[in-house]
Amino acid sequence: MAHYLLSVHGPAETSEFGGYGSKEEMEEAFARTDVFNEKLRTEGYWVFAGGLEAASTATVVDGRGETPVMTDGPYLETKEVIGGFWVVDAPDLDVALELAAEGSRACGGKVEVRPFGGVG
Amino acid sequence: MSGETAAVERLFREEYGRLIAALVRRFGDIDIAEEAAGEALVTALEKWPESGVPPNPGGWLTTTAGNRAIDRIRREKQRDAKHQAAFMQHDDTPHEPTGPVEDDRLRLLFTCCHPALAPEARIALTLRLLGGLTVAEIARAFLVPETTMAQRITRAKKKIKAAKVPYRVPAAADLPERLSGVLAVLFLVFNEGYLATGDGDPVRSELTGEAVRLTRILRGLLPDEPEVTGLLGLLVLTEARREARVRNGQLVPLHEQDRAGWDHALVAEGHDLVRQCLRRNRPGRYQILAAINAVHTDAPSAADTDWSQVVALYDQLTRLDPSPIVALNRAVAVAELDGPDVALSTIERLPLTGYHAWHAARAELLRRLGRSVEAKEAYDAAIAATQNTAESAYLSRKRGELV
Repeated sequence: MAHYLLSVHGPAETSEFGGYGSKEEMEEAFARTDVFNEKLRTEGYWVFAGGLEAASTATVVDGRGETPVMTDGPYLETKEVIGGFWVVDAPDLDVALELAAEGSRACGGKVEVRPFGGVG
Repeated sequence: MSGETAAVERLFREEYGRLIAALVRRFGDIDIAEEAAGEALVTALEKWPESGVPPNPGGWLTTTAGNRAIDRIRREKQRDAKHQAAFMQHDDTPHEPTGPVEDDRLRLLFTCCHPALAPEARIALTLRLLGGLTVAEIARAFLVPETTMAQRITRAKKKIKAAKVPYRVPAAADLPERLSGVLAVLFLVFNEGYLATGDGDPVRSELTGEAVRLTRILRGLLPDEPEVTGLLGLLVLTEARREARVRNGQLVPLHEQDRAGWDHALVAEGHDLVRQCLRRNRPGRYQILAAINAVHTDAPSAADTDWSQVVALYDQLTRLDPSPIVALNRAVAVAELDGPDVALSTIERLPLTGYHAWHAARAELLRRLGRSVEAKEAYDAAIAATQNTAESAYLSRKRGELV
């Protein structure tokens, strides 16, 4: 088994309903995502998952110098940012891609699949 | 001596796909497989010229390479305990053939053509690992520097390993889509050979031949997939005309080809494959393209071509694939049935102004309609758009004939 990060990419600028068009759309996506999360748990793929606050709430820390330097805002100013993610445990990429497709359908965003490094 | 070396290398090349696939399956690592195969070749080159080629060279190579791989893994185990943990996960059992669909080469072909890999990497990996072409040969065939091609292949192999792209024939539900990805790679390899880009040979028979060889293997592994049969039919019927297709560095279009110069054994094979597809009656894109080529190769002369049959097949293809390129090819056939003016009015509407074949077809129709000035312009545009030396030479001649 290997760990994969499934990160959900969406617009940096969002309305009051996140990246969704309306309150109903948002709630439906959340409900679908709950169902998908439950499936990940019961089928043994679940490691961790979470939705992120807006990129504007991010702080960048550079601790390489003598005293850490803090900067308000995301590391990269981009139009698309990570809105949430799953970490799944899957036997191979095909399974991870299948889960990503399902997750993408559920939450209504594009999902990037990336393996974690290290043996496993 | 050099003749013997060449013979060993030829044998090695023929066995390469099978050898690598078996090693990848056994050791779970492409790099280990390639290195072990390379070492087995070195040993074969040393031993065979003296002791003779063993009765089962493929088996000999697999055993020798397997032993080399085990030696390497043992060395690394001693060196690095972390590696040990990694290798312990791999399937170490000897491969037992369990039926055609379980063939290791088929697994590896699906890995090489995996949709998670970049399209150009799929082609390169397939030629490298299953075709046994060297990186230098693949680089030459696709006109990129060897270092670029090496990087492309290394990057793809790294992704296969890090992201765990499986060595597996996809489940039945995913097979049609994944298989169409494999067929697309084989068709692209063939086309690059048949209408080669760049200043070199206008036809690269090493690519067309390799595509036919790999498709033949695939057909042996999946005899019940009609699109595989269809692609093989399409490729052999096209390959059959290869020798007649270029004369003095100029492309010879189908209607001007010397049909006695076709490879009639390949034509017969292609016709047989098309008949098998018809019996199965599950038509698909490659089967229809093969059938169109069967109609062409069935005619004793260009004038005898059953154009209504060709157009009917393009109609069928249009229903599956309503793309402008299919519409263009259909229009070229329509010109023979309904005249160049009808075909031209169709072609003019197609959004293909960047495509050399669109300009070439338009030029030909304008020429036949006696619209010389426009035809010349269209020939110029076609010459500018083509990347094939023989096609360029042919178009220049046609343009020169216009008054």
